[in-house]
Order: sequence, then structure tokens, then C-alpha cells
Amino acid sequence: MTTATETIEGFVKNEYKYGFITDLESESTPPGLNEDIIRFISEKKGEPEFLLEWRLKAYRYWLKMVEPQWPQVKYPKIDFQKIVYYSAPKKKTDGPKSLDEVDPKLLETYEKLGIPLRERGRLAGVAVDAVFDSVSVATTFKGTLAAKGVIFCSFSEAVREHPELIRKYLGSVVPYTDNFYAALNSAVFSDGSFCFIPKGVRCPMELSTYFRINAANTGQFERTLIVAEDNSHVSYLEGCTAPMRDENQLHAAVVELVALEGAEIKYSTVQNWYPGDEQGRGGIYNFVTKRGLCKGRKSKISWTQVETGSAITWKYPSVVLQGDDSTGEFYSVAVTNNFQQADTGTKMVHIGKNTRSTIISKGISAKNGQNSYRGQVKIQKSAVGARNFSQCDSLLIGNRCGAHTFPYIEVKNATASVEHEATTSKIGEDQIFYCNSRGIETQDAVNMIVNGFCKEVFKELPMEFAVEAQKLLGVSLEGSVG
Amino acid sequence: MTSIQSKPTPAVADPMVREFERRAGQTPTTEPSWVLPLRRAGFNRFSETGYPTIRDEDWRFTNIAPVAKLPFQTASLPGAESVTAEQIDTATFGTLPGPRLVFVNGYFSAALSRPSDPTAKSTIGNLAAHLEGNASVIQPLLTPSQHILDDPFACLNTAFFQDGAFIHVPAGAELKDPIHLVFIATNEAKGASIHTRNLIIAEAGSRFTVIESCISFGAQAYVANSCSNFVVREGASLEHVKFQDESPDAFHLANLHSDLGAASQYTSHSFALGGLISRNTIRSKLNGPGLECIFNGLYVTRRNQVADHHMVINHNEPNCASHEYFNGILDDESKGVFHGRILVQPEAQKTDAKQTNKNILLSNSATVDSKPQLEIYADDVKCTHGATVGQLNEESIFYLRSRGIGKETARRMLIHSFAGEITERVQCTPVREEIDRIVWNRLEESPSLSEKLATASNGTPTPEA
Repeated sequence: MTTATETIEGFVKNEYKYGFITDLESESTPPGLNEDIIRFISEKKGEPEFLLEWRLKAYRYWLKMVEPQWPQVKYPKIDFQKIVYYSAPKKKTDGPKSLDEVDPKLLETYEKLGIPLRERGRLAGVAVDAVFDSVSVATTFKGTLAAKGVIFCSFSEAVREHPELIRKYLGSVVPYTDNFYAALNSAVFSDGSFCFIPKGVRCPMELSTYFRINAANTGQFERTLIVAEDNSHVSYLEGCTAPMRDENQLHAAVVELVALEGAEIKYSTVQNWYPGDEQGRGGIYNFVTKRGLCKGRKSKISWTQVETGSAITWKYPSVVLQGDDSTGEFYSVAVTNNFQQADTGTKMVHIGKNTRSTIISKGISAKNGQNSYRGQVKIQKSAVGARNFSQCDSLLIGNRCGAHTFPYIEVKNATASVEHEATTSKIGEDQIFYCNSRGIETQDAVNMIVNGFCKEVFKELPMEFAVEAQKLLGVSLEGSVG
Repeated sequence: MTSIQSKPTPAVADPMVREFERRAGQTPTTEPSWVLPLRRAGFNRFSETGYPTIRDEDWRFTNIAPVAKLPFQTASLPGAESVTAEQIDTATFGTLPGPRLVFVNGYFSAALSRPSDPTAKSTIGNLAAHLEGNASVIQPLLTPSQHILDDPFACLNTAFFQDGAFIHVPAGAELKDPIHLVFIATNEAKGASIHTRNLIIAEAGSRFTVIESCISFGAQAYVANSCSNFVVREGASLEHVKFQDESPDAFHLANLHSDLGAASQYTSHSFALGGLISRNTIRSKLNGPGLECIFNGLYVTRRNQVADHHMVINHNEPNCASHEYFNGILDDESKGVFHGRILVQPEAQKTDAKQTNKNILLSNSATVDSKPQLEIYADDVKCTHGATVGQLNEESIFYLRSRGIGKETARRMLIHSFAGEITERVQCTPVREEIDRIVWNRLEESPSLSEKLATASNGTPTPEA
């Protein structure tokens, strides 16, 4: 499918516009998982011994675990022996040394995705690390960042060049024993991004990673680790797309954030994996573990997510507020249309004194979509003066969809104050009528109302992403009314 | 998620099987033959599940292991003189006019009870006496429903229930005086389980109030496991006030199931003041359009008490309103647990559901676990829920202080009014006044209250929900 015909069709149908497949030779393992596959992945990437050991430990632990059944989502059982755990675009040389050496076909793919990978990137002011299927293909702006002492590279590169940092921080926030999918990821993760901001540095530009699943039958298991040293600041963006396929694909990533004293990490995601077609065939299973640790005093971690894609989204970006006076934030918009399902939310664990957290979650369900907010606010006994405010709003469009809220509030300190509010409503006929009578078409009116509903979250996104998110939302909800 | 200590469910203890078979073998002649298969159904189900553990999502925050550990023993018939009429008259709600049914350790006491006016058409009596005569009404209600099967204690109750209240108010009847049910545990019940089963049926257009008080004479450990079914038919109006102030060592487990008809009104109040562990499992089915129901509750706990309210409100029909208000005041090491789920089925358009759970912690060791949930499958609904945990609103205190009221008095006023939000919803005036008085005294007698009030001012302010 070419981009030109796509554009026209896209205007007519507004289907998934990133559904192309890049014809690339790729190097894959046979489907299935055993210790040999893990050894193969580790060897392929030239990993040090400690990492292989860690992977094997994770794998052995994973074998003893059972798949969790508690989320409010339904899907057929995943056969973990049918998944290809490693798929890399075949390299012509040992690896690209500069952008010019990157396979032009790959670059073409990213052009289609609209990623400013080349010099255009400078204009957009975004440094990009792109992860294709399982390996990172190119990282831009390395020089500019290196001048400030910022390390931003693919995970495998970090393993080669900064093994001491990886050894220190890998698994420190999400241990491999954490949950079923985190254990699986720890065993087979192939690549991802690594980011290190040294003391007192304010990262000069937005860092960003684009993830794309290309090959069929593959799972994507990337791992992101961001470490912000004392009084540093970083804003990180993540975008995801995948081709349209009839079968379901698994994406089980792990993201770990560590904020030391006075550091601030802002992590934004626009997730637009292929959501499946109107009958609910195909689409990505997005089972991701994301957690940040506010380790030092006055540190801050903020998650912003716009979830419009995936057949099933199941993730809870969390913050462990360990340092005194630290802050955790979670802003989320989750859209489920057609047969999409989402069980998402957050977990705020207050340990330090005077820790604060804010949760703003907006769920939108249309057609047969099922959208759940599941969140936990835990105030430990040590968290004197902790505060939390949570607000979860759901918007229903049509009468076959569902919106659910499952908050867990656990308070063990009398000086803490926790508030939770939730509402569920629909787009009123009167609201649509009001817009219609002023010459605004129904679809535009819905977009307007939905955008207004999500405004609190969108304003947290960096500018370019906010624009993209609004457009995505419009596309996702096309044809859901009328 | 949270780390949970694993505790394997103990297999059904031998004494329980022996006791069940012994009873099955010598069914009293008063019990009709259809009862035993129902008891067996409940018992078999319990044999499959065993006691719940904190691994069960519905029991996640309330550890029932102390109950499971008690050797199983059913309460025996109390001596004739164990409770006197004076004791009942001076106990809570003792001065209420109207019919009164008294159960001592789960056994009906005709001597202490006050039957209804014999000319009345309503049936107000003990269940055991009506099993034969009202089989057509009772049998379907005693047949284990899904809600019963889902709850191990309700199954246990079905297997072993001794007696309970049977209230059947005919269509259109309006009872002026509230019906008072008294469940007393005496020292003789030490270490035993008391199983009571209540059936309350409000026929179309009827109107009445039921007061249930669960109290004990003497402090001792026992298990009170009750199960009540409320059937409120079209256009009927029923108010149920449950007042639980049992021994501080007792375990109180209650299932309150209601089945509500079109345009009916049902108000259920739960005041949980006593017991070491108290649990109210509330299940309501809104089975007719246009009805209104209110679930209202207050838990005031101290020492190491646990008060748990676990609720599922099932909206099956359109145009219904359900409101839940639960407030908790927790002192010492006590723990409050709230679970509320509003389930709106696709047919239940125009649902208006509201749920709030507010908690005040008076001590740094008190804990609260709150799970207010919404599960909505219809689009034209108005559903909200809110939960707060914290302290008194600093602004309210400032307001009162700026008007010359001392800090401590201001705090006391606000705590009492926090409890008052719940008690004021009781419609039956004499009952409301008595509960008001009891709750007031309970809060005042808390030795740490005034002291805690003074120190609490250093904390952070809590905006009001």
C-alpha cells in the first residue's frame, strides 16, 4: 500500500494509517522460548556475562509463574512458544556508524511515520532513538547531547559502553520477579532506550523513542531505563505504531525511571499500536510494566499517556514516592473503540514524608469498547502528611460499550489525606444539538466535546505531541456517532 | 500487587461434617422434608470453598483466619433464665412500641417476644414456626441463590441456620410501629457459632420499618453468622435499620440480600460499632424500573476492631436510583474496610447512582482500605463515586474558631456532625434519636478523642469531599 493511496483512503475511511509493512530482510530466531534462545539473543548482542545470568534467572523464575487473570479484559490464551522472540533487520555491515549507513528502506519507513530522524530533526528539536521490531536502528543528536554529558542511546549500546550503569540500575525499580510479563521481558528483551542525565543538567531537548513492530508473529520486548541524577531534568516522549495484521501480536515492554534528589522526569507516551479491525480481528496486546522511583528528596516523576491503539491495553505506569517531599503525577487519556479493551491506571506508593500525588484519568469508550481504570493509592505508615488527589472520568459513546472504575485506597497514616472522585457520563444529545444548530457537524461536535473532556491531560503533553494526540483522538473516534 | 501471606484454606473440619450429619439424621419433626436438601446444597458448596482467605479478592482486606481457627461448634439452647425481660426493656431500643421478636443465641424466645396484634393481617414470627405453613413463600427464598453460593458464610448459614425472623406484610398494609428484632448472644454462646436466617417480604404497596439490633450480654468470643433476605415488591416501601454493637471479642458476619421491585423504596442503614471483626456483605438486585434505594452506613471503631462493608448494587432495570453513603471514624489500631460496586447492566439506562465513602482517622495506627467501584455497561447514566480519607476540614475549623468557638469544641462539633450526616438519614424518629444518643456517647467516651483532637491540628487540611 503506498502512502498516496493511503492518504486518500485515509480521508474516506480514517482507518489505521500506519498499517504498512516494510519489506525488509530480517534475521529472526525460530518461534519458541528456551534457554538457548536467550543465550542466542545475549550472544548476538555481545552482552557481558552478568546480563546473561540475569536473563536466565528471570527466565527460570518466569517458568514458575502463571499468567495473571485479574484484569477486566478478555483474550484467548497466548501460546508463548509460538512467538518469535528476536527479529532484527538484517545488517549489511556490523552496524550503522552514522545516519547515512542506515538502510534507506528503514529510513523510508520512518519518513512514513513522520519521525524527524534526519536533519529535519534539528528543526523539530527532538532527539530520536528508533526501535524497529526488536533492535534500535538509529539515534540522532548524539553529539549535541554528549556535550552536556547526557547519554542517550540504544539499550544494547549502553550495555556495551556503560555496563556499570546498567548493572547498577537495571531491575532496581522493576525486578524480574515483579510480574509475569516483566519476568518474560527480563529474559528476552532485545533492545530499547537508555538515558542518563548527569547531576545538575537540564536536558537541552526533548528525547524521544519510536517503537515499531514490523515482522509477523514477533513479540516486541523492549526495555527503557532512564536515570536522572541530582537536580537534573528530562522530558522523554515515546510513540508506537505497528502494521495491520490479522493475528494478535504481543508487546511486553518494561520501563524503569529513577529520579535522584531534586531530579525531574517527565515521560509522555502516545500509544497508537494497531487496534484491530472493526470486527475485532488482529491488533496488539500491549502488556507493559512502567514504574518510576522517586528515590531522592524533592524528586518528581510525571507520566502522561494517550492510549488510542492496541487491541488490549493493560498497563499501570506507577510511581514509588520514596524520597521526602517527592511528587508523582499521572495523566491519562485512554480511548477504546470497536472491540478494543483497556485496563489501565496507576499505582502511587507513598513512603516518604510530605509526598504528593495527582491522578487524572479520562476514559472514552465507543462502540464495543471496554475501558477500565484501575488504580491504587497506598499511604504507608511512614508517609506523614502525604496527599493524593485522584479524578477518573469516563465518557460513553453508544450503548454497547462499558466504562469501569476500580480504585484501591489503602491508608495507614492519620495525617494523610486522600481524595478520589469519579464520574461517568455520555455525550448528551442536547450538546450535539447545540453544536449542530450552530452549523457544526456531528462528528466535529463529538471531536470538540471529547477534546474538551481530555484537555486537562493534553495540556501536560509537549506541544507537538498534543497536536498529534488531538488528531489521533479524532481518527480513533471517527464514525462512532450517528 | 501487594504481598500476601499465603494461608491454605483449611479443609472442612471434621467436627463440622459430624455436626451436619448428626443434624441431618435427627431433623426435628417441625422441619418439613424439603429443608434438608437445601441445607445440604449450602453445606456441599461450603465444603468446596472452605473459609475465605485474603487471597480472595472479596476478602482481601479482612482476614477471617481467627474465625476459621475456632473449633466449629453450634450454639446450644440457652437456659430459660439467661435473659430477663427487664434486660431487654433496658437494652437498646427496648422502649420502642410495636411487635418485638427476641432471639437468644439464635433461638427464638417466645417469653421475651411481643407478638403483633392478632387481628393484623401481617405475619410477624419466627421462621422455624412458619416453615410448614408458609412453605410456598419460604421455600423459593431459602433455595440457595447465586449470591448465597458466592459467599461461604451464607452457605454455612444455609446449612446450619437455627431460626430467625419471618415477616410477611400483605399488599397495601401500612404498619405504624417499627418491628423490632433483637439478636442477643449470652455468655453461654462462648466459642460457638450462631446462625440466624431472616426473611422479610414487603408485598406490593406495603409500608413498614424493621429495626434489627445485634447485641451481647457479657464479653466473649463467638461467631454470629446471619443471613437476611429482603423482598420489596412493586411500590412497597421498607426501611431497615441494623444496629450492631456486639461484644468486642465477637465475630459478626452478615449477609443482607435484597431483591427490589418496580417503583419500590428501600432504605438500609447499617451502624457497626461492636465486634472484633464485623462484616456486612450487602447484595442488592434492582429488578424493577423506577425504584429508589439508599444504603447508609456508619462505622465507629476503636482498639483492634475491623469493620467491613462489602456491597454490590446491581442495576438491572432503567430509571432507578441508588445512593450509598458510608462514613467511618477510626481510632486506635482499628481498621475500616469499604467495598462498593455499582454494576449497571446495558438495559439500565437513565440510572442515577452515587456512592461516597468518607473516613476520619483519629489515630496514627488506624487504617482504611477503600474500594469504590463502578462497572457500567449502559451509556445514558449518571454515576459518580468518591472516597476520602483524612482529617477534618481546616477551613471548617477556622470558620468555627473565627466565631469564638474553641479549637477543641470546634473539632468535636465537626466529628459529631460527620457521624450525624449518616444518622440523620434514619426516617423512624425514635430510632434515629436513640442511635444519635448512642453514637454521641460512644464518641465522647473515647478517651483519646479530645487529646487526639488537640494534636490533630498540626496535620494537613483535608478539603471536604
